[in-house]
Amino acid sequence: MSQNIISILRKMLLYTILIVGSIIVLVPIIWIILASFSSGNSLYSSTSLFKNPSLVHYKELFGTTDFGLWYLNTLKIATMNMVLSVVLTMGSAYVFSRFRFKGRKAALSTIMILQMFPSVMSMVAVYVLLKTLGLIDSHLGLVLVYAGGQIPYNTWLIKGYLDSISKSMDEAAKMDGASTYTIFIKIVMPIAKPIMTYLALTNFVMPWMDFIFPQLVLRSPEKKTLAMALYSLVAGQQNTQFTTFAAGAVLVVIPITILFIFLQKYIVEGLSAGANKS
Amino acid sequence: MKRSKRSALLSTLFMGLGQFSNRKIVKGILFFAFELYILIFTIPYFRHSLWGLFTLGETPQHFVNGKATGDNSINLLMNGFLSAILLALAVLAYVLNIVDAYRTGKDLESGKEKQKIGGVKNLLDKLFPVFMLTPAFIVSVFLVIFPMISSFAIAFTNYSSPYHIPPKNLISWVGFDNFKNIFTLDVWNDTFVGIAIWTVLWAIISTITVYFGGLFLALLTNSKDIKFKKFWRSIFALPMAMPGFISLLIMRLAFNGMGPINQLLMNMGFDRVNWLTDPFIAKVVLIIVNLWLSSAGFMVMMSGILTSISKELYEAADIDGASAGQKFRRITLPLVLFATAPLLVMNLAGNINNFGVIYLLTDGGPVNPSYRFAGSTDILLSWVYKMTLQQSQFHMASVVSIIIFVVIATVSFINLKRTRSFREEDLIQ
Repeated sequence: MSQNIISILRKMLLYTILIVGSIIVLVPIIWIILASFSSGNSLYSSTSLFKNPSLVHYKELFGTTDFGLWYLNTLKIATMNMVLSVVLTMGSAYVFSRFRFKGRKAALSTIMILQMFPSVMSMVAVYVLLKTLGLIDSHLGLVLVYAGGQIPYNTWLIKGYLDSISKSMDEAAKMDGASTYTIFIKIVMPIAKPIMTYLALTNFVMPWMDFIFPQLVLRSPEKKTLAMALYSLVAGQQNTQFTTFAAGAVLVVIPITILFIFLQKYIVEGLSAGANKS
Repeated sequence: MKRSKRSALLSTLFMGLGQFSNRKIVKGILFFAFELYILIFTIPYFRHSLWGLFTLGETPQHFVNGKATGDNSINLLMNGFLSAILLALAVLAYVLNIVDAYRTGKDLESGKEKQKIGGVKNLLDKLFPVFMLTPAFIVSVFLVIFPMISSFAIAFTNYSSPYHIPPKNLISWVGFDNFKNIFTLDVWNDTFVGIAIWTVLWAIISTITVYFGGLFLALLTNSKDIKFKKFWRSIFALPMAMPGFISLLIMRLAFNGMGPINQLLMNMGFDRVNWLTDPFIAKVVLIIVNLWLSSAGFMVMMSGILTSISKELYEAADIDGASAGQKFRRITLPLVLFATAPLLVMNLAGNINNFGVIYLLTDGGPVNPSYRFAGSTDILLSWVYKMTLQQSQFHMASVVSIIIFVVIATVSFINLKRTRSFREEDLIQ
């Protein structure tokens, strides 16, 4: 009998923790969603949040700001970065994993050291370089900075993943007379699909999240990315555009979150690969 | 003279000649063209580049008939390094060219070359690694290594506002003065030591809280007493799926002095709390928000590990009469720890540079009057960011970058050695 009571109490405790925890996780999210639909403008009118839902802030977003344009900019940069990063990284990781050549060890140690150096630290030099190349205020400049910056870490990550795949398939194909290109595209790429998805996803999402490099590279308002624009809506002392920010945030969060939920499996795989990569 | 020596000698005279004599026409043309390019476009400017690198310019920019002339030190510095990198590449290509000519000559002497199946397909296949590596190599050299070298170099100059900002003024090499200053000059040293201590504290506390927060959530959502495990886990995983910077901006607004949290407190009859403007409370808020934000990642991973632990272990423990606590301490915890230890150290290194949380939530504030260009919650990297983008103290930003880099590299190196020793353990097969 008492055993039963203890088990019921235990369950109650567990569920209480679960519910409280869920509330803590969900409240900020719900708050921002409600705020985006509120008709008022203020940050703290907690009661007005539930009255008069309206789409006025969404209209504001597309009417008074260049939100649509910023969305397209970000989409464009994200896609370019995804493609370029996958092309740059998959090939080199494959070579480091499967080929033995002079200087391979030295190159790998260099990559190891490079990936420890946060890109924020070489910002000045990147700026001067882009300026010399005439790439300031261009999306291409930003994409190059992203795609270049990810090479060291991701090459190391994917090389580790490819190392863990057996070479027997490659070798069998080679015996059958397949060229290295065929092996790479027809055999290795399909096997490496999980980590490739992870690579593509992280590089696609990166420009949606980053507000630092756009501030460095982009100048004119019509070239802005979303993260940068959203940041400037609330970073000031006044926070007057809070509800507009909320609407913008909802429009950014929804696609990214859906993407993450659908590809959760790959993300966990990528994270775990990161743990084993050394 | 032997063919190998002759071709090597020819290639030493001018790149590509040895290849021509070995009848490797395409290769020869490529090497030849490369040397021509270097001779015509690089060497003539090389003297000027080196002069610029050593002196960093001699005449500050001034106006002559409305046109700006003079030296821009920072451009000279970067140009100098660029030329140096190009020269290094040229030397590398030169050596490769000689070695290649010698080897091909050797092969031709011994008749090996003839046995090889020639043809374009074979050549393309052999060049596969080169094709794959070249783009990544070029992009990393110019966008990663080159900026990094230049940034390192700035630590040894006086590039800073207000007196040494090109193109108006010149900058010059100052040796190790900046490093000396940061450790001995009170204004710099106080800031550096204060921020460094907080950075280490922040990294350790935030890593530990997030790690155990994740473990707690993983255990909770895997507990056999609850239903809809997947549902609960999905809720707790939400902060991981949401773009971090938006969550952080939401938190910044929520903890704002006039924000909803204070409003709620006041409605309940409490005083408002200076969440982000009191140095100590702001630090606590940072750690709590980071816990909210980052536990999900560890939870998801640890859930995977927990479900992969063999049930038999627990059954065996049950037979031996182990209590729930003992099972946790002897089976669950060690297995999870072993599997996640490398991540733990990686997370620590990551938190040392977790610039986003600090920048978005408090922006380093509140202001600390005894700090130079930094607020009370600034960590080293956000201090670097401020010195770079807001205060133009590039020399000190570089010095601090180098110090962070050395520390992170050391931590990672130890991590690497430890993971190797972990591999030799038999605990996880």
